[in-house]
Amino acid sequence: MIHPMKQENRDFMRHILFLGKNSKWYDRADSSELKGSFFRPNQKFCVEHAQRSNIVVDHLNVTIQDNPILKEVSVEIPDRKITCIIGPSGCGKSTLLKSLNRLLDMNEDVHISGSVLVDGEELYAPDVEITHIRRKMGLLSQRPCPLPMSIYDNIAYGCRIHGIRNRKKLNMIVRYYLQAVGLWDEVKDRLHTPASRMSIGQQQRLCLARGLAVEPHFILADEATSALDPISSKTIEDLFLKLKEEYAIVLVTHTLRQALRIADYVIFMYMGEIVEAGPAEQIFKNPRQELTQKYLTGVFS
Amino acid sequence: MMKLKFFEEKAMKGVMLITTLLVFLFVGSILYTIIRNGWRAMSWDMIFSLPGGGFYIGKEGGLLNAIVGSLYIVGASTVLGLIVSIPVVFYLNVYLKKKSKLASVARLAYDVLFGIPSIVYGAFAFTIMVYFGLKSSLAGGIIVITLLIIPIFIRSMDEIARQLPSDLLNASYSLGATRYETIRVVIRQIAPGIATATLLSIGRAIGDAAAVLFTAGYTDNIPTSLGQPAATLPLAVFFQLSSPIPAVQERAYAAALILTILVLILSILGRIITNRFSKNRIQ
Amino acid sequence: MKAGAKIGMKTSKIRLFKDKTAGSVMWIFTWLSVLLVVLMGIGLILKSLPILHDKSLWELLSGAKWKPMRGDFGFLPFIMGTLWVTAIAILWTFPVSLFTAIFLTENSKRWVKKVVFPALDILAGIPSVVYGVWGILVVLPWISDSLAPHFVEYSTGYSTLAAGIVLGVMILPLLISLFVELFSCVSVELREASLALGATRWQTTKYVLLRKTFPGIVASVTLAISRAMGETIAVLMVCGNIVQLPTSLFDGCYPLPALIANNYGEMLSLPLYESALMFAALILFAVVFVFNVISRLILRKIEQNVS
Repeated sequence: MIHPMKQENRDFMRHILFLGKNSKWYDRADSSELKGSFFRPNQKFCVEHAQRSNIVVDHLNVTIQDNPILKEVSVEIPDRKITCIIGPSGCGKSTLLKSLNRLLDMNEDVHISGSVLVDGEELYAPDVEITHIRRKMGLLSQRPCPLPMSIYDNIAYGCRIHGIRNRKKLNMIVRYYLQAVGLWDEVKDRLHTPASRMSIGQQQRLCLARGLAVEPHFILADEATSALDPISSKTIEDLFLKLKEEYAIVLVTHTLRQALRIADYVIFMYMGEIVEAGPAEQIFKNPRQELTQKYLTGVFS
Repeated sequence: MMKLKFFEEKAMKGVMLITTLLVFLFVGSILYTIIRNGWRAMSWDMIFSLPGGGFYIGKEGGLLNAIVGSLYIVGASTVLGLIVSIPVVFYLNVYLKKKSKLASVARLAYDVLFGIPSIVYGAFAFTIMVYFGLKSSLAGGIIVITLLIIPIFIRSMDEIARQLPSDLLNASYSLGATRYETIRVVIRQIAPGIATATLLSIGRAIGDAAAVLFTAGYTDNIPTSLGQPAATLPLAVFFQLSSPIPAVQERAYAAALILTILVLILSILGRIITNRFSKNRIQ
Repeated sequence: MKAGAKIGMKTSKIRLFKDKTAGSVMWIFTWLSVLLVVLMGIGLILKSLPILHDKSLWELLSGAKWKPMRGDFGFLPFIMGTLWVTAIAILWTFPVSLFTAIFLTENSKRWVKKVVFPALDILAGIPSVVYGVWGILVVLPWISDSLAPHFVEYSTGYSTLAAGIVLGVMILPLLISLFVELFSCVSVELREASLALGATRWQTTKYVLLRKTFPGIVASVTLAISRAMGETIAVLMVCGNIVQLPTSLFDGCYPLPALIANNYGEMLSLPLYESALMFAALILFAVVFVFNVISRLILRKIEQNVS
């Protein structure tokens, strides 16, 4: 369950693949084969043999203002799969998601017990250095929330924070990730205009690209398509399907159909508890719990 | 019964219209009076020359000393005020949690400070200055005006900063940014608030006479060091208006006109800048 | 690979250190600015101790004699002056601003707001000394030529009434903006509920809006009063500066801020004189402090209830 060797393994793979000890994919790209078509980032290289990164939630309890929101939640989130959290509204889906990168305890009156292990690191340890764990978790919120700056700076912001200041590298990162989410052709002529002027679907893709640019291992999406029009949400879904080859994607969704379309694993929650979790096929085809059955057939929603 | 109800409606609407027009009447009357009286005494000399020998009995000279003095004081205290208040606003809204006791006490304190009359600021600051053996000087004026505008700065910036969407902060945190690094995001988001707050405070600072009455002093020269006294426009109006000589009183009107124009320019600039800065903002 | 991990840790340590340091610096700034209130209170109290030792508080507040040369320090004329001027200002601005605010939030079209709010901005931005000039040029002649002759034999115009009028115009924008903010807190649904019952707009305003915001209105007026009490220069220019208990609107008066402004810095060699002026500042400070705290707490509560 716990993989203390995890990070080392990734570094090791990087080493084997001639990327050098601390080099990141853009170091390599800087010197070599970026001609016309784009190159693959290091995640692509590491994944094949490296041990999988994962999140293990163990007996997690969350109370907000003395109301229990999550009760004894234990679940493991697999790598390179799309895990959908479904359940009626108010069942603690979003809370579970937010507790995965500790954005929850920024609010007051929140009490959390239990443990969340991210790649073997305890998230709720008292002396944990949270920023590098948060970096591993790309967050996609319900409404797209571009930072109040230009499209370019939105992507470069995270990289600058993590110490990349080289203009050339930044240019490449911006270009690569905009291409990765299919925005490049749409915005390449107005990279320096405010991000708030994009359409809402574009904004959401920008937010995704911004998250990807700091090389996360996970993507946490909180009903990321609910504010979008059908076409944009289809684009995002397709992106998820593409991205799951490299990332673990956790998706809170309010539409069963979406889960049906893209989920590999499904976690069904009800009243702050996990009722059932397992492969999508099994949950949708023959759920073990009566409650799940009822929810899936629309007895309640 | 029915009729009464509709009559009341009409009558009240009429009253409201009258009161609103009354507001316009006051604005118009003030502007008209100041412009008409000030224009007569206005000349390039007024703006670009220092008071001459017989200035205070109605001879040649201008108000350059007061204009420059006011600009010095306002410029310096605006910079100082920003340096103090941006961190405070940032701390209140990003570092502290929403229901923090300190934040609530601090906000109350700024509200109180905002309400304290400038004459009390002036008297208090002057006592302190006397205690430390300082004379009325440019430095004294700058300090007291800084103290005076800090609460204005903080209050008006805080008002905008409190509406910071938590999604925005979360977006920054989830990229691995620390709270301190998030300042880059926050600053951009509240930039229009900062601009408005700045202009509001400048307007207040430039027009305040009571606070600088004792602390900055008055002089016919442009101060060349922080230790020298400095003239200010509001005091130029005030002192010259109390002169019995009509020609000097006229100059008070000119000074009032200059002051009004400065304030109006500031408020127009404020609107332009607010619109400009808003472009990056996320709603 | 260990080196890599180390470097990563190191940079993040530096970043965290920056975060912490910045936090402490900001914490200090915040406390310092909060302490300013306390410091000011303590300073003023310390400075007015000499006169409080010499005379009882009651004696100072109720004495009507002001002869600093002889050591008589009665603050009653000044306190009454302040109260009179403030009362006049509030009395006429309260209805005016209330109706204007109702008009702006309830009845007016969008373009009306677009015209009125900038006008209010201008009014709020005009320096107080300019209000003083306006008072001298417009209000004083109006009182002495048109109004006073109907009531008294002669008036120069420098009077409590003039001060009240000028002060009123000054607090008008504040009061209106407070009211507008208050009224826009009331939800549209509430108004629609009333309108749906067949009430006219004014009835809705009267029975729903005003009743619902009553505590807020009281708080706003309290705030405006405390602001009005401290206004110095403009009032000083038109009030006449005569030490007396005003008996009519056309008498001159001498409010507290004017007392400080006119005399501070001079004649400080007189025993107790400086202390007396600081006591005047202390009175203002105390009143403003209490009024502000009360009204802000009320307004805060209302805001919380709404959100």
